[in-house]
Amino acid sequence: MSEQFVQVLDRVAILCILAGALLSFIAAIGLIRFPDLLSRMHAVSKPQVLGLLLVLLGIGLRLLPAEETGVFSFGTLFLVGLFQVVTVPVAAHIVARVGYRTGRIRRDLVSTDELADRLATRRSVPDTSEDTVS
Amino acid sequence: MNTLWIVIAVLLGAAALLGMVRLLLGPSILDRALSVDALLAFAVTGLGAFAAFNRDPTVLPTLLVLSLLGFVGSISVAKFVARRAEGDDEDEQVVLPVVENTVEEKGETS
Repeated sequence: MSEQFVQVLDRVAILCILAGALLSFIAAIGLIRFPDLLSRMHAVSKPQVLGLLLVLLGIGLRLLPAEETGVFSFGTLFLVGLFQVVTVPVAAHIVARVGYRTGRIRRDLVSTDELADRLATRRSVPDTSEDTVS
Repeated sequence: MNTLWIVIAVLLGAAALLGMVRLLLGPSILDRALSVDALLAFAVTGLGAFAAFNRDPTVLPTLLVLSLLGFVGSISVAKFVARRAEGDDEDEQVVLPVVENTVEEKGETS
């Protein structure tokens, strides 16, 4: 690879990593400023997916001109991105679900709540339900 | 170029400090679990920036471990909160009957 091409790759890589760091900082500000569990989750999920993918892209572009990098490094980068993309929505879903069920969200900030309507209609016809609590 | 690396480091450090403030302040345990998740994301970003700065692929398996650790931590804390909040008027609770009995026994004895 020519020297100029490596410099262009380095610029693109550092811009990607800078965008990832900026997303992390914005998420931290949202973590402090936002009033609710759900809105904080909304703020935090940005660097967890987009920021991490940008940083992985930056690492790949930085490692590309180095001599000793093989398939193993890029495979690891791909696996990190894959695991994060697969697991972050599942974890966020479960945390939000538990927060909703245990009443840790602020109802006055929720503009529309379809789950409450569905739970109310389910409660109104309790004879077909198979719940063991009541 | 060097200035941009310094800017990245400062941004990540400030983000980690703010996340730590939310970890201390957080009103509920779910907020703390969320801030720990965010801190893990910042740590992955910082380690990635370190690897990119040095052109050094040594720390990449650590990124793999951290990205799985955040998932397991969030799930386990959320399940702990769900089990402890058992006994409210919630239907569609995904708790097995055996576990439910043990929770009720604990609640009676303590």
